[in-house]
Amino acid sequence: MIRLPIGYYVEKAIDWLTYNLDSFFSMIKTILLAIINSFEFIFTGIPFIVMLLIFVIISWKVAGRNVAIFTAIGLVIIKSINLWQQTMSTFALVATATVIAIVIGIPLGIWMSFRDTVNSFVRPILDFMQTMPAFVYLIPAVYFFDLGPVPGAVATIIFAMPPIVRLTNLGIRQVAEDVIEASRAFGATSSQMLFKVQIPLAMPTILAGLNQTIMLSLSMVVISAMIGSGGLGDVVLRGITQMRVGLGFEGGLAVVILAMILDRITQSLGPKEK
Amino acid sequence: MYYLCYFTENNSIDAYEGNDRMVKLEVKNLYKIFGPNPSKILPLVKEGASKEEIQKRGHVVGVNNANFSVYEGEIFVIMGLSGSGKSTLIRCLNRLIEPTAGEIIVDGQNISGLGTKELTEFRRKKMSMVFQNFALLPHRNIEENVAFGLEIQGLSIEERLKIAYESLDMVGLSGYEKAMPSELSGGMQQRVGLARALATNPDILLMDEAFSALDPLIRKDMQDELITLHDKMRKTIIFITHDLDEALKVGDRIAIMKDGVIVQVGSSEEILENPSNDYVKEFTQDVNRAKVITAASIMKKADAIVYSRDGARVAVRKMRDNSISSVFVVDRERRLKGIITIDDALNLIKTNREDILEIIDTNVQTVSGDVSIQDLIPLFINSKYPVVVVDENQKMQGIIFKASVLAGLLGEDDTND
Repeated sequence: MIRLPIGYYVEKAIDWLTYNLDSFFSMIKTILLAIINSFEFIFTGIPFIVMLLIFVIISWKVAGRNVAIFTAIGLVIIKSINLWQQTMSTFALVATATVIAIVIGIPLGIWMSFRDTVNSFVRPILDFMQTMPAFVYLIPAVYFFDLGPVPGAVATIIFAMPPIVRLTNLGIRQVAEDVIEASRAFGATSSQMLFKVQIPLAMPTILAGLNQTIMLSLSMVVISAMIGSGGLGDVVLRGITQMRVGLGFEGGLAVVILAMILDRITQSLGPKEK
Repeated sequence: MYYLCYFTENNSIDAYEGNDRMVKLEVKNLYKIFGPNPSKILPLVKEGASKEEIQKRGHVVGVNNANFSVYEGEIFVIMGLSGSGKSTLIRCLNRLIEPTAGEIIVDGQNISGLGTKELTEFRRKKMSMVFQNFALLPHRNIEENVAFGLEIQGLSIEERLKIAYESLDMVGLSGYEKAMPSELSGGMQQRVGLARALATNPDILLMDEAFSALDPLIRKDMQDELITLHDKMRKTIIFITHDLDEALKVGDRIAIMKDGVIVQVGSSEEILENPSNDYVKEFTQDVNRAKVITAASIMKKADAIVYSRDGARVAVRKMRDNSISSVFVVDRERRLKGIITIDDALNLIKTNREDILEIIDTNVQTVSGDVSIQDLIPLFINSKYPVVVVDENQKMQGIIFKASVLAGLLGEDDTND
């Protein structure tokens, strides 16, 4: 049996990329760092009580009273176990990853829904992104972006973006053929069709993708902390490495609370049944 | 002797109308072939290759050499069973489906040659469509749905809502502007579909099985309403259906399709009376003929007729020659005066009088040619004479015997004896 030297070629490729595309990676690094830092600056700069109010009001408006109460209690618990700073820095990372996933993922999903060739080309890449163990691309991410929050954000984006791409693609493809036909019959151009018919009708599905993307990026928190992205992942990691179960649990609890709040809010974002 | 042209020249009606009315839309040699390489198969189809032969090569013929004209302001029905290609044909007209070959000419403009931009403009202004499953936008309320066509034309929100309200009013849905489509019944949803199509004020309205998804009673209401609206607005309507009763009810003229071929085009009566082949005949068997067949199509020419200036002797001779016991009397312009019987005429001669006006019986039932058999039947109850068909000037067109009514109901042709 011939041994295929795939690993060897991957290493060569990574080396080549690191050497030749250094300026490209440092540009990405600068941009990502700027986004993460501004989110973190805003989230940690705003006093706890104001941030709490903002969260409660948004969750009340979007998801109703029960979720608002849960949000208030959850955030107070986080504050009282002294993890507010870390939670906000994790939130900044999640927000960055989500924004980038939206900016890349939704147009990509739309493109896939229009072109079957793009669809069949992108799908295996998405499979790769989702199932390749995150540790594997954590290492090259460090090669390209050094340690710190940026490689963490990149790893998070890679892992968390597939759902929003897939579900945007699915949502647009699922728009009923007769509605598309009717819009064409009335002389809609393809951009009018996209923005007035296809995206609005696909919106519930796209939002389900957004929700999953946020949840997946939260699940990357601990892994990305291994390469120094800080935040709650760092707390959990310290708990594990120093055998401090209590600390680990507190960090984990904060992740769960943040995840549940974001989940409930994004799940309720879709158009209300009238 | 009078021969009424009605009985002999059925085909002439089409030609006559063609000269008289403006053609709004004309379809010439239209083909639609589905499959990987339609243009390669087209010559085969033109040569008349069989369905199986085409299918063997991986293609399906949707529309096969369709030719017809639709006149301004008429309701033109295309009827056929599912798979006959009628939905494909109607979608070729606004190029929701690209025809493989042929021309579609609307107001002298060849639609099949339009570029993307002109086609969009054409769809926005000239032709709109009503769909079988309504195809309303589920995320928009009723007024936004109706205003959709105007919205994509770029009208301001005030303008388009104003027109949308007028359209909704026209279809009897005022008060539902803010409702969502899912809150309305099927019939109401289709009214919204109709209002949406009317809102852009198109010249031509395409209706693809528009009422087929509705309950029978609601369907009947919608048909009536469509006819009323059509009388008011006089839009050219192309209406697809698989239901012959519906076709006969709403259609001014009907095209019957089978396997992508238009097998017959004609008025309801032409289709019923002279089915061009067995397929059409089979189609027409279940029709409630009493509603559709008109007096004009079952009337016969009178065997004999006397003029009011003729004397009793002429009348008697004509009756004897034709072995009949009574004869209708007309004036010089062939306006009906009444009827005389042979007994009365003989009595008149016995008393040496000649003027048949003395014995004329004016109690004759008259109808116009477009009255249906259903409405004709009661007239025979109070009359021992045949019913006379007259035109608007009371000119005698023909006569109807009880037996012809029965024959008409059974679909037997007894007009040519």
